[in-house]
Amino acid sequence: MKIYADNAATTKMSKTAVNAMIPYFDEVYGNPSSLHTSGQKAAEALYNARESISIILNCHPREITFTSGGSEADNQAIVSAAKIGERKGKKHIISTAFEHHAVLHTLQKLENQGFEVELLDVGEFGLVTAEQIKNAIREDTCLVTVMYANNEIGSVQPIAEIGAVCHEKGVLFHTDAVQAAGHLAIDVQAQNIDMLSLSAHKFHGPKGIGVLYARKGIVLSNIIEGGAQERGKRAGTENIPAIMGMAAALEEANEHINENTAKLIKLRDRLIEGFSEISHSILNGDREKRLPSNVHFCFEGIEGESLLLLLDAKGICASSGSACTSGSLDPSHVLLSIGRVHEIAHGSLRLSLDENTTENEVEYIIQSVREVVEYLRKMSPLWHDKISGRKNFILK
Amino acid sequence: MALYSEKVMDHFMNPRNVGSIENADGIGEVGNAKCGDIMKIYLKIQNDIITDVKFETFGCGSAIASSSMATEMIKGKPLSEVLTLSNKAVVEALDGLPAHKLHCSVLAEEAIKSAVLDYYKKNNIPYDAAIFPDCENCGHCITCE
Repeated sequence: MKIYADNAATTKMSKTAVNAMIPYFDEVYGNPSSLHTSGQKAAEALYNARESISIILNCHPREITFTSGGSEADNQAIVSAAKIGERKGKKHIISTAFEHHAVLHTLQKLENQGFEVELLDVGEFGLVTAEQIKNAIREDTCLVTVMYANNEIGSVQPIAEIGAVCHEKGVLFHTDAVQAAGHLAIDVQAQNIDMLSLSAHKFHGPKGIGVLYARKGIVLSNIIEGGAQERGKRAGTENIPAIMGMAAALEEANEHINENTAKLIKLRDRLIEGFSEISHSILNGDREKRLPSNVHFCFEGIEGESLLLLLDAKGICASSGSACTSGSLDPSHVLLSIGRVHEIAHGSLRLSLDENTTENEVEYIIQSVREVVEYLRKMSPLWHDKISGRKNFILK
Repeated sequence: MALYSEKVMDHFMNPRNVGSIENADGIGEVGNAKCGDIMKIYLKIQNDIITDVKFETFGCGSAIASSSMATEMIKGKPLSEVLTLSNKAVVEALDGLPAHKLHCSVLAEEAIKSAVLDYYKKNNIPYDAAIFPDCENCGHCITCE
């Protein structure tokens, strides 16, 4: 059996998205900045894609900037808000401890430039509250940036409430919605979102393309200088095939969002139930407020990389927050942020499903994970120390 | 290119000498849970020859493969030879390890040496302390503390 359960890393492109791209490689290949017919055909396609995405997000097409992906959109949103704040003498930024590195590393850079960055605690279940944001906002706060849904543990944040608090206080609100777009309904008006990042390859679109939504009136600062594309805010000839693929993928995902959610929640909950039966394990992230596709567990006494390799040998593609899979010495900052100690964080497993996952596959995954965890525990001296009482168990 | 060589994958997927030995003559355990890898080596020794060896490892693919390969390399060997086993030799036998995984081979070397040291201490056999790892003060684990 071959099961791809790493959709939070990237997804398979949908046929609809692939087909939407194809004409723009060798039929409509003109540069949208060119005056001739070929160029204008491309410009029209670009306009349509922008409009289609803006309808889904409930914003104006002019508020959409195409970027190379989620990371660039995060970078540009944060740097832009910081510049706007700096001009008004506001240099305090609020975020959370478990943001994606595209956000955290950009914030670090700003910190080196004299900004004060406050990372809020996300608690045991990986959630921040609007109340926390409200209490953290100061006179000199220029930006609140909170991810819509966490990419590792899948916890979904109260975005509309956070946005409302920010607006009440007159602070810009950005959300990294890379894991949410195409999977959870987004309405930037209703949810009080000023800026939002998304990435096409997380919802069956192509890689290397994303969107930065920025509410009208927010002056974006360029990350890439050059030509006048994207109203002068993002230079470089537009990647028309990718943009067309992204628009088609988002439309398709959005159309099926309710049925996909219902289907995924059933599969997800079965996995959670199955893994919970493994002793000394724990679900990471909130049980209810979580992405329909996300299952994230820690298993005591084993290490995540060997778990992944053995699952791969059984045909299951998954992911882990273990240090050994990242090339660094520290396990995932997300797991540490919810209070998992290093030892437990090393034994983590993330499965991220998509709507094509079947019930049979879910049963096979449960069976395989049980076998592999048992096998690895059998050869783990740490596990033997715990079973024999020489060391204490950390998880129940 | 795959992360690991075929040799590493073979020793990871089909590890040799997994388990423990009751009444082992020497036991060595190195690493810690916080760093994400622990190796434990059990030795049976007769007339200064390793007659049997088993290991238990908590750790990543290369940690398990390094343990497996190292135990194969010392089985049936005299202690004098066992004590010259270097982590480099383990890495070579595995057809290489990624740079950030080299410490796994160091753990294998140290686990074996610490098991031999345990044997010497239990049997009051005089030894040269300089050739054994000083796990109490080595600092390997400080990097992840």
